[in-house]
Amino acid sequence: MNEPLQSPARTAIRTVELRQSLLEGNDRQAARNRRRFHELGLAALNLVSSPGAGKTTLLERTLTEFGRTTPCAAVVGDLATDRDAQRLGRSRAPVAQITTGSACHLDAGMVARAVDQLDLAGARLLFIENVGNLVCPASFDLGERLRVVLLSAAEGEDKPLKYPPIFKSAHVVLLTKIDVAGVLGFDRAAAAENVRRIAPQAKLIELSARSGEGIEQWYALLGDLTGKG
Amino acid sequence: MHEVGIMETAIEAVLAQAREHDATQVHRIVLRIGALSGVEPDALRLAFDATVKDTPAAGADLELEAVPARGRCSDCDLEFGVESDFIFTCPRCGRISGELVQGRELELARIEMS
Repeated sequence: MNEPLQSPARTAIRTVELRQSLLEGNDRQAARNRRRFHELGLAALNLVSSPGAGKTTLLERTLTEFGRTTPCAAVVGDLATDRDAQRLGRSRAPVAQITTGSACHLDAGMVARAVDQLDLAGARLLFIENVGNLVCPASFDLGERLRVVLLSAAEGEDKPLKYPPIFKSAHVVLLTKIDVAGVLGFDRAAAAENVRRIAPQAKLIELSARSGEGIEQWYALLGDLTGKG
Repeated sequence: MHEVGIMETAIEAVLAQAREHDATQVHRIVLRIGALSGVEPDALRLAFDATVKDTPAAGADLELEAVPARGRCSDCDLEFGVESDFIFTCPRCGRISGELVQGRELELARIEMS
């Protein structure tokens, strides 16, 4: 039993200063995506919201109506199923579904792989429907031109105050389902005020994808993006 | 729970540094986490234990350095600290502005190893 004890190496502790971003890999891929979209003459929009805020319904209408004159494509992310891709596919726009398994957000690599499956010839807009989640998608740049955050009248007016990172990162905030705001007792003015306090940089549009109220403002914004005014 | 993926990225980078410096034990890992990074410190700690298991970083101290949010007034250019409500009200002119100069950090800052 006389095994020599391993001598505790009295080597000095070394400190390495790094300041290395933990999102570096995603940010690099996002920059590649952005370059690629730019070369294709394509503006990408990253749509983010809680589950059920109306991303897919808005996209259905947008791809059918706005897409009639301006070619659009879409990538949709969900944990499971291709139900959203099926819904959006009825518009005949090219649509790719990303099923993330358990991942709570899309990242730039997933988007790049999904875009590879799409025929983007002639497309001017690419809608990326993120996984329904107001937290995790905030950290992940996908290479989009605009980040669009949806807040529906079925949620609380104070959502922007509760989820600052995502609203702070928004270029556009859509207040959706305003056709049912009255029934739900949703105070649109209070919600709009909360958006302005947390996200004064964002353009705010109030709309209903079902009734069509306010949708022309959304289409005007999309028109500006494609340079058609 | 994107914290798991972020922690895996951090530990991969730590282990690469350890190999590069011929270190066999990592003692301390310091991450800088911005108040608006969208990352939950508790979830990071939870992910840490599972990620470092059976690696030279097992047993290391994880230090999470909080980086407070700072804004800049788009009217008067003043830079200011932001309260926990994250409403960027300029203390000089009262204007609410959206410009963030600090608070999104998500960085591997420092490693101590031997």
